[in-house]
Amino acid sequence: MIVPFGHVFLLAGLIFSMGLVCLVAHRNLIMILVGVEVMMNAAAIAFVAAALRWHLMEGQVFVLFILAVAAAEVSVGLAIVVSVYRRTGTIDPDRYDILKW
Amino acid sequence: MTLRGAIFYFLAIVILTATGLAITRRQPIHAVLYLIVAFLGTAALFFLLGAPLLAAFVIILYAGAIMVLVLFVIMMFQRSPRELGLAPQWGHATLLGIVFLAVAVAMVFKDPGSGIVLQGAVAQPKDFGRFLFERYWLAVEIVSILLLVALVAIIQVARGRGTSGDEAERQTKEGHP
Repeated sequence: MIVPFGHVFLLAGLIFSMGLVCLVAHRNLIMILVGVEVMMNAAAIAFVAAALRWHLMEGQVFVLFILAVAAAEVSVGLAIVVSVYRRTGTIDPDRYDILKW
Repeated sequence: MTLRGAIFYFLAIVILTATGLAITRRQPIHAVLYLIVAFLGTAALFFLLGAPLLAAFVIILYAGAIMVLVLFVIMMFQRSPRELGLAPQWGHATLLGIVFLAVAVAMVFKDPGSGIVLQGAVAQPKDFGRFLFERYWLAVEIVSILLLVALVAIIQVARGRGTSGDEAERQTKEGHP
């Protein structure tokens, strides 16, 4: 009635791979966190589609937990970014090399 | 194609365009603004797929709270990190993403259940909440503990290493002469 199940999963896979590219390719800690957010969003879409396919509410319950975990993850991540920026003055992870020498 | 199918493909295009624009921006603030559009599209998609409560949560939590938090943190940085480009491994990253996508597409089309057309059904917020707190109340409590731990960790990280905020304050002044 809506769309085939595979199309929703393809959408989730596309968004997930975009988030993966963003996570690896960027050189800015905030953009890396944005990539993680995009990946969690894709996982949530896949869970909701699976909940509708099998008519089970567990999928939607898991999306609720994904939301909570994403909130905790991004807030802790941003606190660490701010702390590390205060200490080093940059948010480029390639320049965090004070442990090298 | 039914009306709901057309709405789904429209929302998919909106989400993919906004996400694609978000991950290619150099300025994080532009990326976050595009990401808000993507999350609003996701909320509409959840509504279409029969999860109205989750749609509301995505708008309130993701597009509202989390993105505003990220925007505030970006505004806290004194110099805009404008000079940060892509990492040198961005070509490999794109290749990795394409390989992952190819494997995902192959898996989806190999699955015989992927052609099943979704039937519309709506989980009413009342039923959803009753289900959540009858079957998964322990997980809800664990998530609340997780959020509490995150709160404590944030306070500890924001205060710096010492027990008082003086050291972090001093480091801040040293970091920006």
